[in-house]
Amino acid sequence: MTENFRYIPNTPEQQEAILKEMNRKSVSELFSDVPEELKLKRPLNIPEAMSELELEKHMKELASKNANTDEYICFLGAGAYDHYIPSVIRHMLMRGEFYTAYTPYQPEISQGTLQAIFEYQTMICELTGMDVANASMYDGASAAAEAVLLACGHKRKNKVLTASNIHPEYTDVIRTYTKYHGISVEQVAYSNGVIDLSDLEKKIDTETAAFVVQNPNFFGAIENLDEISRIVKNSGALFIVIADPISLAILKPPSEYGADVVVGEGQSLGNSLSFGGPYLGFFAATNDLLRKMPGRIVGQTTDVHGNRGFVLTMQTREQHIRREKATSNICTNQALNALAATIYLTLMGKKGLKEVASLCVKKAHYAYRKLIETGKFVPAYSAPFFKEFAVKLNSVNSGKSSGNGGLFTLKELNKKLLKEKIIGGYELGRNFPDMDDAWLIAITEKRTRDEIDKLVELSNMEG
Amino acid sequence: MKEENLIFEISRPGRIAYSLPKCDVPETRLEELIPVEYIREKEPELPEVSEVDAVRHFVRLSRKNYGVDTGFYPLGSCTMKYNPKINEDIAALKGLSSVHPYQDEETVQGCLEIMYKTSEMLAEITGMSKVSLQPAAGAHGELTGLLIMRAYHQSNGDDKRRKILVPDSAHGTNPASAAIAGFEVIQVKSNERGNVDIEELEALMQDDVAGLMLTNPNTLGLFEEQITEISDIVHKKGGLLYYDGANANAIMGITRPGDMGFDIVHLNLHKTFSTPHGGGGPGSGPIGVTKMLEPFLPFPVVEYKDGCYYLDYDRPLSIGKVKSFYGNFSVIVKAYAYILSMGPDGLRRASETAVLNANYIMEKLKKYYTLPYDRTCKHEFVLSADKQKNIGVSALDIAKRLIDYGFHPPTVYFPLIVKEALMIEPTETESKENLDRFIEAMIKIADEAAENPETVKNAPSTTVIGRLDEVKAARNPILRWKKEA
Repeated sequence: MTENFRYIPNTPEQQEAILKEMNRKSVSELFSDVPEELKLKRPLNIPEAMSELELEKHMKELASKNANTDEYICFLGAGAYDHYIPSVIRHMLMRGEFYTAYTPYQPEISQGTLQAIFEYQTMICELTGMDVANASMYDGASAAAEAVLLACGHKRKNKVLTASNIHPEYTDVIRTYTKYHGISVEQVAYSNGVIDLSDLEKKIDTETAAFVVQNPNFFGAIENLDEISRIVKNSGALFIVIADPISLAILKPPSEYGADVVVGEGQSLGNSLSFGGPYLGFFAATNDLLRKMPGRIVGQTTDVHGNRGFVLTMQTREQHIRREKATSNICTNQALNALAATIYLTLMGKKGLKEVASLCVKKAHYAYRKLIETGKFVPAYSAPFFKEFAVKLNSVNSGKSSGNGGLFTLKELNKKLLKEKIIGGYELGRNFPDMDDAWLIAITEKRTRDEIDKLVELSNMEG
Repeated sequence: MKEENLIFEISRPGRIAYSLPKCDVPETRLEELIPVEYIREKEPELPEVSEVDAVRHFVRLSRKNYGVDTGFYPLGSCTMKYNPKINEDIAALKGLSSVHPYQDEETVQGCLEIMYKTSEMLAEITGMSKVSLQPAAGAHGELTGLLIMRAYHQSNGDDKRRKILVPDSAHGTNPASAAIAGFEVIQVKSNERGNVDIEELEALMQDDVAGLMLTNPNTLGLFEEQITEISDIVHKKGGLLYYDGANANAIMGITRPGDMGFDIVHLNLHKTFSTPHGGGGPGSGPIGVTKMLEPFLPFPVVEYKDGCYYLDYDRPLSIGKVKSFYGNFSVIVKAYAYILSMGPDGLRRASETAVLNANYIMEKLKKYYTLPYDRTCKHEFVLSADKQKNIGVSALDIAKRLIDYGFHPPTVYFPLIVKEALMIEPTETESKENLDRFIEAMIKIADEAAENPETVKNAPSTTVIGRLDEVKAARNPILRWKKEA
């Protein structure tokens, strides 16, 4: 112990002083309970310590190996979206009192976090129309999986139906979570981009615990939730809706269609793309399901003097109290991301969120129309859409091979766009064999008409 | 500091805090683009405030919080160490924060390199063969590890192992994760030294048991001295050994779970590797496994070949995905930066200092509080306030009184096997002066409990709000604000 480290305040002299006060000769004495043969007798084989300057340089070099959406124009969505993030958010998140605290176990010195979560729960309830919301889940996918587990537990049934056009990774995660519970997860087909109602009717029965639908779905199309709900409610199954929170500024909330649980990905609400995380899952439900909900929940109460205050509540559902009988194993969640969402929804407010949503809709429809007008693409479905839509390479009207005149595949097109600093759409063929030629394009309020025109122009060129 | 109104109460119709560009595509009415029956009639009640209102609201809320940046935060089992500022700047670099997860692999080589190298360094630190960074938190890592355990046994045609052994001192997440993974939980007693009772383990470890979950050092802060025997017992009966890495801050560079015989390890990057706790997340719970278990890791796995990093999805034995995309990437970036800042000597020094600090406080306080297991501890230790409880002052009262002295309280009432438990974890990032101040406050509180118990029972008296009625909150749940009708 000769060196000083900037994150370790005690100097070697102070360490000696502590040892002396404890009548110990050396630090190694404190590890005498570790069997000798298990001790690592060499230094860890990792790089030597870097100074802050060296570290910063190294990290900037790594960062420069990535294309980022600040320098590239992003038309890629598929579950993570390049929305605008107001400057205020980072300034607030970087308050040390927020981001260096932990779970608010001691409410007297955690009212900041607790009140912010209470405000967050309110906003999620307002958007989804549901009665109650929790403090956040890891992401949209795991929130959907927990909703499925809740439904099976609540209904005491082991069959779940999921729409085949929900995010494919959500399907994956639902399968992983349910794997060893004897739960069968069956998919309902889509047709013309949206749920095939007759297939739903055929597969749902009184043994079904829940049906999971996404709206807008993975292809961006808006589902007919009214019809779907009628079928689901007839069977007695729970109705689980995966929603895009920004769309809820203009689309009818799932509560109006009788949803029992509404979950979704909250990344769009003020959280950066960050190569896939951390994001946040939101989870809202009817009052009936409150005691079966996973995760932290904050409630309002009073202190000994009668002042309003906030605490973690309904904790008898949770792992630290109930252990193996808990409703979920979740402990640490995505609190700071939920705080970002709260600040975002505060800044955007009632009017701004609607404006964001409208801009997305209008620009997306402009881009859709322009792409179809090139003749190189045809619609992948005829259902209405919100901020994301799918078009297919036109293979019907012209030449025999690829039919799009220029003989290009989507892969080639995306490569070409990349050279022009454009991140193109998602190739749906990755997950949906019958969507082999379909391109999923996301348009947020950040995309300008010029950027969209450039995408259209480049997509229209030969080869 | 007076009560802060809810943001909804600050709201005034017509105020805005945003600015968006004008619509630059031809204006169309929404109803022409989306069928009118899909459009919402009743607007969500979101706040209407100015930017100034919003900033002041959240700044005022932040001031009602206590973080590591505020002061000493000895919350046991949570490793509330200092969160280096440079790491926040790094994670915010546009080249790391503004990257879409589905971008072409060629355009994300930097992200993949960070993930690959972080995995490799964590594998070295834990002594495991391969690490997946996908789980979002410790409990999520536990779930992932247990699913791997189940998949492994199943791949051997062994489907009868439906039980998991968990010590009675384990974190609540252990049994909860086992239940979510579809296992039955069997509790193993601790012995008088606070370690796993070997005889009971031997009796319980039958061929219907998939494995044992163990925290080492355990939640009492004590090293499982018979870890080699434990490992033998579990493995001889065909079981696997799972390492809960919540307490890994005690062992970096000193000993490794892989060398102790563990098959599966999870780490909490938000504990051991200094990434901020964020008021309850985001965390990151990477999972490391032995060579034998690699095929079962969640897909995709980051691989390196011919000068290129890539995501390998072709893993037929994989348990699947536990989360969308690849993990809490920004958190991983901060942990990577931390490991590079510390180096091998720094990490070892961090663990040594964490252990030294914990032992120092323990030695100084054991005269005043009961120390149920009087032996050298690792990075944390557990006191009992049973003496104080006998005179009417509980662990909770002591915790609340510590707030008056300017400290965040320790973890209380955990582990469950110690009555009136106070679980104290100082970490390595506190100076001797801070430790001494904390010791002094704890001793004062012990005196107060004896001489002036009401002061302790009525604490805290210096906070913005007094003790809160949790029973009322649970009996009459108010879980959201509602606009007055």
